[in-house]
Order: sequence, then C-alpha cells, then structure tokens
Amino acid sequence: MRTIYILWIRQLKRFIRKRASLIGALGQPLIFLIAFGFGLSPVFARAGQGNYIQFIGPGIIAMTILFTSIFTGTEVIWDKQFGFLKETFVAPVSRFEILLGKTLGGATVAAIQGILVFFITLAVGFRPHSLVMLPLALLYLVLIAVLFSAVGVAIAARLEDMQGFPLIINFVIQPLFYLSSALFPVQGLPKILGFITTINPLSYGVDGMRYALSGSSHFSPWLSLGVLSAFLIAALAVGIYQFRRIQL
Amino acid sequence: MIEIKNVTKKYGDFTAVDNISLNVEKGDVFAFLGPNGAGKTTTIKMLTTLLNPTSGEIYLDGHNVMEKPSETRKSFGIVFQDPSLDNELTAYENMQFHAILYGISKDVYIDRIKKLLELVELTDRKDSYVKTFSGGMKRRLEIARGLLHHPKVLFLDEPTIGLDPQTRNHIWNYVKKLNEEEKVTIFFTTHHMEEVERYGHTIAIIDHGKIIEQGTIDEIRKKAGTDSIEDAFIKLTGRQIRAEASNFSKSTLRGFRGM
Repeated sequence: MRTIYILWIRQLKRFIRKRASLIGALGQPLIFLIAFGFGLSPVFARAGQGNYIQFIGPGIIAMTILFTSIFTGTEVIWDKQFGFLKETFVAPVSRFEILLGKTLGGATVAAIQGILVFFITLAVGFRPHSLVMLPLALLYLVLIAVLFSAVGVAIAARLEDMQGFPLIINFVIQPLFYLSSALFPVQGLPKILGFITTINPLSYGVDGMRYALSGSSHFSPWLSLGVLSAFLIAALAVGIYQFRRIQL
Repeated sequence: MIEIKNVTKKYGDFTAVDNISLNVEKGDVFAFLGPNGAGKTTTIKMLTTLLNPTSGEIYLDGHNVMEKPSETRKSFGIVFQDPSLDNELTAYENMQFHAILYGISKDVYIDRIKKLLELVELTDRKDSYVKTFSGGMKRRLEIARGLLHHPKVLFLDEPTIGLDPQTRNHIWNYVKKLNEEEKVTIFFTTHHMEEVERYGHTIAIIDHGKIIEQGTIDEIRKKAGTDSIEDAFIKLTGRQIRAEASNFSKSTLRGFRGM
C-alpha cells in the first residue's frame, strides 16, 4: 500500500508543479465547447435533438479525461529515458504495485482535469438535470480515468522513446474520441460507424455520464458500468504482462 | 553471495557478455574492472533483475535471479552509473521515495536521510528541486540514496565518477564501514585503480565480454608481474582506447525488437 501511495503522490506533486500544462489542458475542451457546442447547436435543435450543449457537455468532459489519462503513458516513457524507472524496478516491490500506483496517479490527475472541465461546461450553459445524480457521474468519470490511464501505461511499456507517441495520438486517442458517442448520438448512424462506436469503450463512459448528468442515455447505465469494468480489467492484465517484459 | 554460471548476453549478433562465471564471497569488496564497453554494466543489469541473460544462471543471496526476481530484489541495493533521479522532485523527496519503496520505517529513514545528506554535503539543498543541481550534486545525491537501506549486497557502478577527492573519500569510508560493521558485500566498478588498491579485496577483469583474470589484488599483481593494479590492468587489457558504441547499438536493437 505504501508503494502505491508514494507512486501516486509523486504523480500528483509533478502535476501540481506543472501549472502551465494544467492550464494548457483546459484550452482544448474550451475550444470544443465553444466551436461545437455553439456552432452546431442550431443544427442539432433543428434536427429535433434538443439542446446540444446538454448533449456535448459529458462528451467534452470525457474527452479531457481520455487525453490526460493516456498521456500518463508519456510519464512512463520519460521515466525510462531519465532512468527513474530503473530506480523503481530494482526496488523490492511488485510490478503490479508499480503499475497500479502509476495508473491511479494518472487517473487522479485526469479526474481532476475532468472535474475542472465540468465547471467550465457550467460556465457555458450546461446544467446537470439532477444534483442527486452527481455522485453517479463522478463514478463514471473516475472509471473512464482509471481505464484509459491503464491503457496509456500499457502502451507506454512497449515504447522506448517519445517518437512513437504521435502514432498513439493519431491511431489510438483520436479514433477513440471521434468514433465514440461524445460528439453525436449513436442512434441512426451509418452501419459501420454505428458498429465502431458500439465497440468503443469510451462510448459507454460518455453514455453513462450523459445518463447521470443530462438524464438521457443510449445504453443501459448498468451495461456501461459493466463494459467499462471489463475493459479496465483487460487493460490492467495487458499492462502487467507488458510491465513484466520490460528490459532496461 | 553472488554466483554467476556461464552467463551470456547477446543483442542480435553482438555478444555483450560472453560465457562468464564468477563467485563473490559474502563480505567481500569485489572490484569488477574493465575498459569502457567491456560488459560491466550489462553484467550488473543482469545481476539486478533489469535484464535477462541470453543463457546461463545467476544466484544472488541464494535466489535464482531470473526465476525469483522479487526475492532477489530484497537482497541488494544499487547505485547506477547513469542518472536515475526524479528531477521534478526535491532532493529530500527523492530520498523519501526510495526509503518508502524499500519499506524503511519513518523514524529510521528520517535519521538516515539527515546523516547521508550531511555525508554528501547536500543538507542545505535538501528542499531544492533536483533539476537545479549540478552534475556533481546529482551524483552525490544518487549515492546517498543508494546507501539509504542496508542490503546484503551493494552494487556501485562507477560510483565516484566526476567527484572530487574529498567526497570520494567520505563515500568510501561510509561504504567501508557498511562492509565491516554490517557485513554488506560490495560489488563495484571503477576506473580509479587507486580506489581498487585502497578498498578492494578481490578483483575480476572483463574485456570484450570475457573474464580475462580474477583473484585477489596480490594475485593479480603477481600474475601480471607488475607493481600496481593500474599497470596490471593496462598489461592485461592492452593500450588501445575503446569506443563505447555498445550502449547505442543495444538500445537501437531493443527499439527494433519493441516495434
């Protein structure tokens, strides 16, 4: 437990000390909210789908968490390059504890960012439909954060340096975000796109949050919870397998 | 305490360590010598569970290193040759992180961190971020951190590189005390031959991945027919200067494999 705690606190300290990146990470969701939220709002309303800000709010929160979480992986790559991973890897602690500490540290940072973006959505006009449901929204928010931190760490375990990371952004993060239910409803999509969004775990995270925050959802909230948990277990399993194979 | 049996490490066609066998007795101060790129660091990485050998067996404190890495890690401590500090943390935080990873209780580590920071003369900088430190200060902190817990075997990979004679002296006296009072086995590499003569007991010399000589300091001097270890070293390994290209090729090869 002490191991997980010290790894977790290390990541929080690093996050708090880098204020520039904290503020930088809030820029993108703000632009998305303004450009998509307001820009597409008339079209959305005319299509009879209601208030687009209400729809896209949870999607933008999920986006922030997705990006920040997967970027947890970059910390593992930095640790490899700056040698700090060696220090943790020769210590008498299990690889699983290291993996969990890293994942939870990254997830906490991402969850904090997600909560900050929630307040930004409030500022641009988003209104949660019920305050009682906020803890449930937080549960989905945390699940998304832990799941994608685990994914980020599992991917980073395979990478030697930062050169591979643009690949991850373009072929993992971007598709996960754009091909999910974050920006558009799943109903009535062209078949292939509908299928992709249905197998994308982020769709379930967004949908769960949308259920808790806006009161509408495509999947059952239980199904979303189950899918997210299943993907989380899978990501941790892959992560621990990759971690045990790391040679320094 | 350490038993290396026919260990080989290959990176593709390049053989970094070529069928070496070594024994280090408990309580020994063992100097592992060799020119740059001879295979010293690769051997240490295999001994410390960071790297799997291509073939052969290693036992450390009775544990099979490949089969029981977790048990093995409880038995040793290491000061790496390359930097391994977190630059975004303070000196004290780096020490504390290590102490907690190694399960040292709070009252013990507070006291030890204080003593060790004094030893390496970093007490007044303990709350500064490591990124503001000079190379020498980082090196000193790195060594202090490595001495924080008292393992059965302590690996020191070129610990005194870039340090002034005063600091070297402080650190070696501390290590000597650890060895004498707590029977910690010391396994170190260095290019300072006077350190070997002053503090070492047994020596092995490795070159091109092969052990070319091993024995006590006197035995090595006698075998080489020289007065000093420095002369013996040059006589045994030749005068040619080695390129340290191996580190590059290793990481490149690993990069390819990782894709």
